Amino acid sequence: MSISETQPPWSLPYRGKVAMTGLIIAESAIFTIFVVAYLFYLGKSLTGPTPHEVLEIPIFFTICLLSSSLTIHYAGKFLQRGERGAFLSLWSLTIVLGGLFLFGTGQEWHRLIYVHGLTISTNLFGTTYYSLVGLHAFHVSAGMIMLLIVAIFAFAGRVGREHVRRAEVLSLYWHFVDAVWVVVFTVVYVLGR
Amino acid sequence: MSSNAITIPGIRVEGKPWVDTLHEWVTTVDHKRLGILYILSALLFLAIGGIEALIIRIQLIHSHNEFVSPQVFNRMFTMHGTTMIFFVAMPILFGFANYLVPLMIGARDMAFPRLNAFSFWLSFFGALLLYFSLLGGSGLYGAGNAPDVGWWAYAPLGARAFSPGHSSDYWTLALLVSGFGSIGTAINILATVLCMRCPGMKLSRMPLLVWLNFVMAGMVLIAITPLSAAQIMLLIDRYLGGHFFDTQAGGSAVLWMHFFWIFGHPEVYVLVIPAFAFLSEIIPVFSRKPIFGYPVMVAATVAIGLVSTSVWAHHMFTIGMNSYANSFFAITTMAVGIPTGIKIFNWIGTMWGGRIQFKVPMLFCIGFLFQFLIAGLTGIMQAAVPFDWQLSLSYFVVAHFHYVIVGGILFALFGAFYYWYPKMTGRMLNERLGKWHFWLFLIGFHLTFDVMHIPGLLGMPRRIYTYEPGRGWDTLNLIITIGAFIQAIAILVFLANLIISYFKGTEAGNDPWDAWTLEWSTSSPPPAYNFATVPTVASRRPLWDLKHPEDPDSQYE
Repeated sequence: MSISETQPPWSLPYRGKVAMTGLIIAESAIFTIFVVAYLFYLGKSLTGPTPHEVLEIPIFFTICLLSSSLTIHYAGKFLQRGERGAFLSLWSLTIVLGGLFLFGTGQEWHRLIYVHGLTISTNLFGTTYYSLVGLHAFHVSAGMIMLLIVAIFAFAGRVGREHVRRAEVLSLYWHFVDAVWVVVFTVVYVLGR
Repeated sequence: MSSNAITIPGIRVEGKPWVDTLHEWVTTVDHKRLGILYILSALLFLAIGGIEALIIRIQLIHSHNEFVSPQVFNRMFTMHGTTMIFFVAMPILFGFANYLVPLMIGARDMAFPRLNAFSFWLSFFGALLLYFSLLGGSGLYGAGNAPDVGWWAYAPLGARAFSPGHSSDYWTLALLVSGFGSIGTAINILATVLCMRCPGMKLSRMPLLVWLNFVMAGMVLIAITPLSAAQIMLLIDRYLGGHFFDTQAGGSAVLWMHFFWIFGHPEVYVLVIPAFAFLSEIIPVFSRKPIFGYPVMVAATVAIGLVSTSVWAHHMFTIGMNSYANSFFAITTMAVGIPTGIKIFNWIGTMWGGRIQFKVPMLFCIGFLFQFLIAGLTGIMQAAVPFDWQLSLSYFVVAHFHYVIVGGILFALFGAFYYWYPKMTGRMLNERLGKWHFWLFLIGFHLTFDVMHIPGLLGMPRRIYTYEPGRGWDTLNLIITIGAFIQAIAILVFLANLIISYFKGTEAGNDPWDAWTLEWSTSSPPPAYNFATVPTVASRRPLWDLKHPEDPDSQYE
């Protein structure tokens, strides 16, 4: 039993990419449930405050997060070409942008809690808002930790062209986190207000 | 294709101390050992869940029985359901998938061996968490207390006010943790199937078992995750004062039902598709014919996977949804019967005109065909909304889903045990004990679950602690309990067979059933690296090609 000469060479997809796609499908289902809960409970809170009263659209921090998708994409391109300096600076910029976004979320929560008195147990809006936005922020944080690990190795000079595929798996995750933010932004700050 | 293990002549291997062996098993990342660990842990919890079932049955043996208190009874049916679904059925099917998928596609391991080990231990410790509730359920203040809110923990029962102490928390955490384990395993199976196939193993040549487990893994990704999300919400309610399912703050109990059944119904198919997978391998080998309608089988499986994600609310006809929702879910539920029916016809088509060998694995598969058909028919009955209004939450429903899970999935699993045990251990299971096991279990099963439909029709509600005499339920319940004990005896015969045959069974050799898939080309049990040289395949039945070079399948592709 052998393959005849006429058959094309045997090639299979990269397992990292397949696995990350699987994880993204699973995570999408989790986020869907939280988004459904948010939409289902819109306007059903028995007491205030309401989204319209307290939420402000976080345009600057949204731009930060979305542009980090671009920086990580080009970081990968530079790594592929072997331009390590450019890779490192764009990768670090991604981390800074992600950090800014998390800072923005923190600032918003601080304002909501201390100025408007909205906590997770105040009303249904608080419960669903902090859960959905918090779940997303948790995913950003997890991504930040992974990005930082790569950055540490990169500063130590241990990341080269042979790691391009792994970096791409991570950037796939980061794109997903950004895409989820587009949905959360639309649901919470556009439709929900 | 070289098949046997590499042996080095003149080297005498000394026995290892048991601590080393234990250490090897605990730290293993080998897909075969993890598969066996999954199966062994599932068998342990099968015994525990079985004892809980017997306690339920003894309590119901006659009216006004007080074998256990009502509180204990509630804990028993909660623990029985949770254990059997999450810590028996899921792990045992994952175990077989783990063991067989890499072997069948000619791979040396799963795509992510360490993730595989991590997933197993998550699921195992999840089970331990559930049972730790017996000790820690009431915290440090008093006697232990297991969860008692039913396996679906409808709101508001799961809320702090109605489930004080920690028992529901252990339930939530156990399901969350083992759910993450399931997602890990599912991702691993998907990546293994897509990325680890040996040369020539195109998707269209994969054994059906691999295809079906692939579909199952895809379903796990979108079916288990809603449950995880709902459990996170429940934890937020219980610990952070959230209001997701708190009706007094405007929350909705019905939303929990939706979230639970968005998981709960596809879960049935997550469990039954691997059972279909066993049948699709065993029936052809014992009918001495290739599977009938391979592409249709794959298509039907994918169709089941897709349709089954939109049937969940047929569990909720009695909560008062509007008639559009009722009609939609009734129609989708009946529609699932079509691809399932196609599968049953294909298995019969495989047997038709074959030289059928009535060995024990085949007996269990034939039992499956009859019983799964009946289970499907009672399922269609309950898909009719008015009929369901009458019988929802009655013993008719209990009989129906046990017909699916025991009469279908468990029968297929027993068939799989008898079929692949020689590969896993190198020894055959005893045929005589196997026949005893089959017939005893068959009789016990039908005594219990055929009869159980009748008290349901007579109005006996499920989860009832006891009942009044004179309703015509006493004799029926007595028969059901007797059947349960016959099943228990059959399980003991099975466990005895597993142990006795491990030491005294006849040597199996590489290929005791004259089968056609790749796992039978390597030694029994296979070496750690599975195949000395990675095989290449040219058809759906690589071993047939090897055994019949004059008439290989590859000629007809």
